Amino acid sequence: MEPLLEINRLSVDFHTRRGPLQALSEVSLTIRQGETVCLVGESGSGKTVASKSVMRLIDYENGRIAGGRIRLGGLDLASLSQNELRSLRGKKMAMVFQEPMAAFDPVYTIGYQIVETIRRHDSKSKEDAWEHAVSLLDRVGIPEPRIRMKQYPGELSGGMLQRAMIALALSCGPELLIADEPTTALDVTIQAQILQLLQELKEEFGMSILLITHDLGIAAEIADRVVVLYAGRVAEQAPTAELFARPHHPYTRGLLDSIATLDTEKGEKLHSIAGSIPSLTALPNGCLFHPRCPLATDKCRSEAPPLVARGEREWACWHTEELLKTTKGNKRSGGLDAASTAVPPDGALTATSPSSSQELLQVEGVRKYYPVKGSLPGRKRAYIRAVDDVSFSIRQGETFGLVGESGSGKSTLGRVLLQLEKATAGRIRFDGRELTDMGGTSLRSARKDIQMIFQDPYGSLDPRWNVGDIVGEPLRVHERLNASEKKERVARLLESVGLDASYASRYPHEFSGGQRQRIGIARAIALNPKFVLADEAVSALDVSVQAQVVNLLQELQEKLGLTYLFIAHGLQIVRHLSDRIGVMYLGKLVEIAPSHELFLRPAHPYTKALIASVPSADLGAKRERITLQGEIPSPARPPSGCRFHTRCPLATARCREEEPALRAVDPEHVVACHYPL
Amino acid sequence: MVRTIIGRVLSSLLVIAGSSVLVFVIMYLLPGDPVDSLIDPASATPEQIATLRHQLGVDQPLYAQLADYFGKLLRGDFGKSLLNSEPVLPKIIEHFPATLALAAASALLSVIVGVLLGVLSAIHRNRPIDVIARIVGLLGISMPTFWSGILLLLVFSIHLGWLPAMGSDGWKTLVLPAATLGLIGGGFIVRMVRNSMLEVVNEHFIVTLRSKGLSERAIMYRHALRNALIPSVTMIGMLVGEMLAGAVVIETVFSRQGIGRIVADAIMAKDLPVVQGVIVFSAIVYVLVNLLVDISYSYIDPRVRRAA
Repeated sequence: MEPLLEINRLSVDFHTRRGPLQALSEVSLTIRQGETVCLVGESGSGKTVASKSVMRLIDYENGRIAGGRIRLGGLDLASLSQNELRSLRGKKMAMVFQEPMAAFDPVYTIGYQIVETIRRHDSKSKEDAWEHAVSLLDRVGIPEPRIRMKQYPGELSGGMLQRAMIALALSCGPELLIADEPTTALDVTIQAQILQLLQELKEEFGMSILLITHDLGIAAEIADRVVVLYAGRVAEQAPTAELFARPHHPYTRGLLDSIATLDTEKGEKLHSIAGSIPSLTALPNGCLFHPRCPLATDKCRSEAPPLVARGEREWACWHTEELLKTTKGNKRSGGLDAASTAVPPDGALTATSPSSSQELLQVEGVRKYYPVKGSLPGRKRAYIRAVDDVSFSIRQGETFGLVGESGSGKSTLGRVLLQLEKATAGRIRFDGRELTDMGGTSLRSARKDIQMIFQDPYGSLDPRWNVGDIVGEPLRVHERLNASEKKERVARLLESVGLDASYASRYPHEFSGGQRQRIGIARAIALNPKFVLADEAVSALDVSVQAQVVNLLQELQEKLGLTYLFIAHGLQIVRHLSDRIGVMYLGKLVEIAPSHELFLRPAHPYTKALIASVPSADLGAKRERITLQGEIPSPARPPSGCRFHTRCPLATARCREEEPALRAVDPEHVVACHYPL
Repeated sequence: MVRTIIGRVLSSLLVIAGSSVLVFVIMYLLPGDPVDSLIDPASATPEQIATLRHQLGVDQPLYAQLADYFGKLLRGDFGKSLLNSEPVLPKIIEHFPATLALAAASALLSVIVGVLLGVLSAIHRNRPIDVIARIVGLLGISMPTFWSGILLLLVFSIHLGWLPAMGSDGWKTLVLPAATLGLIGGGFIVRMVRNSMLEVVNEHFIVTLRSKGLSERAIMYRHALRNALIPSVTMIGMLVGEMLAGAVVIETVFSRQGIGRIVADAIMAKDLPVVQGVIVFSAIVYVLVNLLVDISYSYIDPRVRRAA
């Protein structure tokens, strides 16, 4: 059959002050009618540029097609004028973006923006277009579509907005839907819903989908074929099953090995790809991947491998034969040894000895309520119950994971534990001392033992401070060191996180995301704390780099005897790192269990659904599809009884009325559910 | 929505009250005795001075004077001129229309020129129109009005003779003063609109709009401009203050009637009640305009409406 989209040796340049910058080089791919193709790669691989080139949106960003062709159903997109393209965009090809919150014009209603698109391409009356838009919103699963039509983007949740975005994209019946990381900004439960929706709609509307993602799990789940991009070139492409079974490029292999799956064990080192993706201004010679490749030889360093095509597959590597020899079975075969990590392996990391039973942090009945603004005087004051009666404890030397959807209160809880915000009620005891009563000097000295690693490696480092000052600041505050002592300490800290001591005089913008996160970690461990809170510390990083940082965190725990509270929404990583995990839902802890146990035998229906929502890169195990319906309710008006009952498949009348208390189903395993699984 | 408006009105009243008190206190703290400007202290007897002080009420303690002043303000009594005992408020009201006309004309001018140039210069970045807009912006914010006013006078009334040099009757006398004053506002608005347009066109939703197949014209004027105007509207409210302050100079340069002129004369004559009255009156006008801006804001930006 004639392919719907055919990209042939496409090269794209961006015009910059320093001359043209090649973002894509001879990228080819085809999408057949009704096919889903995933474009996979880390940030900087050029996947978004590729998708924007198809829409020719790069023309607005100083981009230019420097060579090659893009054919969509017989039209040569590369040679059309912007005017001709405008009648195709939104009509024949449509796009869904990563940040649903930012993708709508905030000052017009959802309805207006959908109707605007319909009326641009189809000669429909306003009323007909409006009705069509309502039916689309209804189809993509938005409740009360007529009300939503009149709402503004700021009034809808991220998940709802992404549905609305999909409705918008579908409004003129496109043949090709391009989805650029459509679920990256969403919770796993919502992600599962959106992916399922996309698949249903593809059948229904007879479209083809080009899906861009960094998550191989998503690719495994919905793609027919996968194209792996690296630094603007195709590294490999193959039908999904074949790609996952026998990757032909060491980069693909590295990506697959980097994923912490739900069955990697704590203590095991995650495989990571050394280094990070090269910048387009400083591409290496020969094979672009060679500086990070464990199989690289002199040939790789001098000569770029051509794209070899065999059957349905294509790849560009000199050493595929060798790579395949090391692949035993189909999965996680121990990986490529040399690729293991950028951190020098010092000794085998045995599974952390189940930490001493001494409790370092005890949390009792902690609540954090925020008053709702604008409640009228006289009326009962309304509160957002961000954290509502949470009790648990963390033992010396263990890693406690905290998971839940956004809005579950996990980050608030973290901030309250660190006394960055005062608890509304409850007690927090750290190392035998009551933190909640402390103030001023005593709190400041207690903080030496409690440090934090932040989510955003860009926002959490002052761009005008050099690395030495950033890492040395806690030393300056808490310890009296002279300049040379401080310099020495900073140097050792940088080395202990796998950075060069000479980086101390550089500034944050000179570093990649992964390196910045290492700097953040060095700052957190500067004072030899006992306890480190890592709030989504790796979620902003690419998978290969994520693995490096996770390994580093584990290694430091070993070496320094740290206790971690690891907050994240990425379940695989939490499972990999944690000894015990607590699951939060709407301000409540609903389940606490040893990590292994929690994933094997989740007792709370919410935990089970959360686990099931995670897309798996393991093709062999087609997971049970129990995607959670609906979205997390507002913490200002939590449901009565069990807060989860509105979304729980097992809810009964009792759940609606009576709030379940935490009780033990096992000495180590507590759950708040009337009908534990 | 109604609740927000009520809230805003109440806080506006507070601001007016606060600023009247502030004005009074500043006047009180000014060095010099108001009596000095009425009689010659060298020739008057101490009894005469004391009597005069008593008549004016300045022998009272601060709080008593303040209470008296505030009570009168509430009743619409802005006091009397020291020079001719004329009540202040009627005089302000009599002259305000001329200042209002000037302020309105220059505001209109600066908004039209500012928004138009700002948008064009952002859309055609680094093109000739952008260069022109940037020059206008720079001149507008950096030329003092007493200088640019005189310059315009020289060119258009004296050399070319197209427009009258002074007076305040008929639209012709309004053109030059409004242009002088409008230039400042225009300069600010050009820069503001240009910057926020440049910011908005980099927003993600602009890419969405392009991916829908909309024309650039629709994207720029229907979507980007409305978003870019949100911060500019606040700016326009604040410009009213500039206009009122500028009126003092402009009305003097062009020999126009108006409250700016009144206050300039009163300052020269040390006629404090008049100065005080005009300042309080201007404060009220300023607060009212900004109240309107706040309310209109929530009509332009649905996010503000929702937060309310």
